[in-house]
Amino acid sequence: MQLAVKSQIMNKEDMSRALSRIAHEILERNKGTGQLAFVGIRTRGIHLAKRLVERIESFEGKSVPIGVLDITLYRDDLTRLHHHPVVRKTEIPFDITDKKIVLVDDVLYTGRTVRCALDALMDLGRPLVVQLAVLVDRGHRELPIQADYVGRNCPSSQDERVDVHLQEVEGADEVVILEGERS
Amino acid sequence: MKGMRKDLLGLEDMEADEMKHILDETVAFKEILFRTIKKVPTLRGRTIATLFYEPSTRTRLSFELAAKRMGADSAAISVATSSVVKGESLKDTARTLEAMGVDMIILRHGEAGAPHLVAQTVKASVINAGDGMHEHPTQGLLDLFTITEKKGRIQGLHVAIIGDITHSRVARSDIWGLKRLGAEVTLVGPPTLIPVDIEKTGVNVSYHLDPVIPKADVIYILRLQQERQQAGLFPSIREYIQRYGISRERLSRAKFDVLIMHPGPMNPGIEITEDVAISTASVVEEQVTNGVAVRMALLHYLLGGQPYEEAA
Amino acid sequence: MRKLLKGARILDPARSLSEILDIEIRDGTIARIARDLSPQDCEVIDLTGLVLCPGFVDMHTHLREPGQEDKETLETGLRAAARGGFVAVACMPNTAPPLDQRASVEYVIRRGLQIGLSRVFPVASVSKMQKGEELAELGDLAEGGAVAFSDDGKPVSRAELMRRALEYSRMLDRPIISHCEDLTLSAGGAMNEGYLCTKMGLRGIPKAAEEVMVARDIILAETTRARLHFAHISTRRSVELVRDGKARGVSITAEVTPSHLILTEEAVSGYDTNAKVNPPLRTADDVDALRQGLKDGTLDVIATDHAPHTREDKEKEFAYAPFGISGLESAVSLLLTELVGRGVLSLEELILKLSTNPARILRLHFGGIQEGSSADFTVLDLEKEATIDTGTFQSKGRNSPFHGWKTKGAPVLTCVQGNFVWGEVTRDSRPARSPVMV
Repeated sequence: MQLAVKSQIMNKEDMSRALSRIAHEILERNKGTGQLAFVGIRTRGIHLAKRLVERIESFEGKSVPIGVLDITLYRDDLTRLHHHPVVRKTEIPFDITDKKIVLVDDVLYTGRTVRCALDALMDLGRPLVVQLAVLVDRGHRELPIQADYVGRNCPSSQDERVDVHLQEVEGADEVVILEGERS
Repeated sequence: MKGMRKDLLGLEDMEADEMKHILDETVAFKEILFRTIKKVPTLRGRTIATLFYEPSTRTRLSFELAAKRMGADSAAISVATSSVVKGESLKDTARTLEAMGVDMIILRHGEAGAPHLVAQTVKASVINAGDGMHEHPTQGLLDLFTITEKKGRIQGLHVAIIGDITHSRVARSDIWGLKRLGAEVTLVGPPTLIPVDIEKTGVNVSYHLDPVIPKADVIYILRLQQERQQAGLFPSIREYIQRYGISRERLSRAKFDVLIMHPGPMNPGIEITEDVAISTASVVEEQVTNGVAVRMALLHYLLGGQPYEEAA
Repeated sequence: MRKLLKGARILDPARSLSEILDIEIRDGTIARIARDLSPQDCEVIDLTGLVLCPGFVDMHTHLREPGQEDKETLETGLRAAARGGFVAVACMPNTAPPLDQRASVEYVIRRGLQIGLSRVFPVASVSKMQKGEELAELGDLAEGGAVAFSDDGKPVSRAELMRRALEYSRMLDRPIISHCEDLTLSAGGAMNEGYLCTKMGLRGIPKAAEEVMVARDIILAETTRARLHFAHISTRRSVELVRDGKARGVSITAEVTPSHLILTEEAVSGYDTNAKVNPPLRTADDVDALRQGLKDGTLDVIATDHAPHTREDKEKEFAYAPFGISGLESAVSLLLTELVGRGVLSLEELILKLSTNPARILRLHFGGIQEGSSADFTVLDLEKEATIDTGTFQSKGRNSPFHGWKTKGAPVLTCVQGNFVWGEVTRDSRPARSPVMV
């Protein structure tokens, strides 16, 4: 079965506006940048975290630490995969203990990735609070997890796939829904 | 390439791409070693047995720590070499371990080919932790990782391996790894300790150390087993030190950024002087740290992902 | 009981005989050889399309009895010999205890006759307990039936002892068979020394370990004017040394095994202990030289060095596994396929190496087909295609690197003193008149 684009649910401008709103929400909820730090989940979470940090730094004029989390070693489905995912380095150049961590990912779906990320994060220290920011929440949770900041709620079918494309990775900003078509 | 390998028996049958992949991933595993909580749950529920027919503290500990840091359970079996011939055969021991549900056997053995025999016998993965004079592939990979980390590359480097090449499984694994990744390798030792036809691997051979030193980016010093002297392979330890011992004085002609490596344990004052061993050029301790990281990467490489038998 | 064998090509190269003739066997003896004999009150066996040649003699086997009956017994070993086309075998004395006393030699002969398959002729030890120290009672052993002397499996390391053995054997008209290996040079090695050995990290056996002993023994045979036979020659230089010695008129003979003629050291890749033999399999260059030596007569004999071991013995670390290949049942098919089939040796030459020459060296009556002689012969089906399957071996030893090899040409009938000790002539064209297995 091949996948074909069914529809575009966010374009470049939608994405930019959503990220700006989330940046404001984060600042509002956390009352500024004090103790705030961002951790992006590989791969797209990193770029989204960077964009949020850029916005927050320009709004507030203060620098905010940012790190990268590779969750491969915490996945619960390793033995079910046909190929090993490539393990890459976790790079968090600050102590997360007593920080307000905003975990950033592109799509929130079953919640398993976030579960991995939380486990990985807890092995690195004891944050004061962990909040979750995602660009798209497509539903179908398998674990009791919810996002604190959401760019777009997008109810989807389980047969579909929701892909976030980013300038840094795919060369364009958009969110699309893919569905199977008989080849 | 990935997921297709059940065992790691040697570097002779490993292509450059596969080595590079493992070395790349090792970076991620090394980071874990510097955390306060040096543990990930990746191999939770997997069981690894270290089956050692030769005494070894560091290699065994390195594998056991690697297993623990990956969340696997490990069990250690030591077998006195003398009981091997009389007692339970290697094949039976391997079968017994498998019957107990072991997912991986890490084997150290005094005879070449022993890991191959075990690998043919069991479905579990087998890692060769040193077999006779054959190979010590995890040492080879950790050496490659250490050189890459310090020099940024292997391609084009000149590595001198000094000492008893004939009896060295470390030398054989290093030769395969270094040649595959594009290094120039010169073996240095007396003709009695250079194995027959080793030039066919593409290495250079020199019986004289001093002319090689200025050219070397890495000087890899092998441990000298003193019983080789009793076996008549060279006249005396004194003469060996004169001709092949690495001292500060000898290194005065070396490149300023030369790396000094040794697989351990060292015989200070014989193949290497104490001051060289603790000098800034020496990366011997980093080799030990990297050993754990490389072995974590290998455990994940062989055991992470789908069980080998189901991957087709 | 009389038998009439019809239609086979009778091939006896020693007599330059190659003709389709009938043979009548009476009381274990070849009564008549002639064209179109008519059956008179006898069993008729149709061998049309087959080759009947002098019975093969394997002058180098290990039958393990007494003492190592888990590996082989005289009965299983002789059954393997019969199946392999050998009417007689000489068995080496490295049993437990070794065949170093007349009683042991007589036991083997008596037991062999009881079993009643192929004939067995013991080779007795050169030294007491094969220790290489004192001469065994060579005279008594010869009178007891030993056909040669050897410490095979172990070399006679002391040159002085080898000299005395050669001298002493002269009055007995029995050859000394030398296993050439300088133990200080082979030094616990497990395979041929060279690049493969270096890669595999095994201790190597240099060619020199064999060659220095071949050179020594040629000189000793020359000075003592005794008869010396070299067991399992494996290197080019050894062949050259033997060729030189023969050219100088030294009374030496030499053998080579099918394994050394067909395989190279590559066969041990992957640590296959079934290809672990002593001397070790060598290089393609040595194989060429061995084949050349066979062709030009430097090497007189092909002998199997049949060395059966149990599975447990062989399923070990390469260095711990014992040396040896179970060879009786694959030798002839392999030689027909790999040497005759590929034009290395003519069928006539092969028969000389497998029958006439070993019989001559051991002073045995085998090796020819003529009226009045004992009816000992081997029948070959040159067209029979088969796959070597160690699972069908009559020998207890299933240790063979040739398992799964395809062959063309096989021994199908072995006749000892007029008795069919093995027969499997079962072609569709002549099912009714085929001899049955006894």
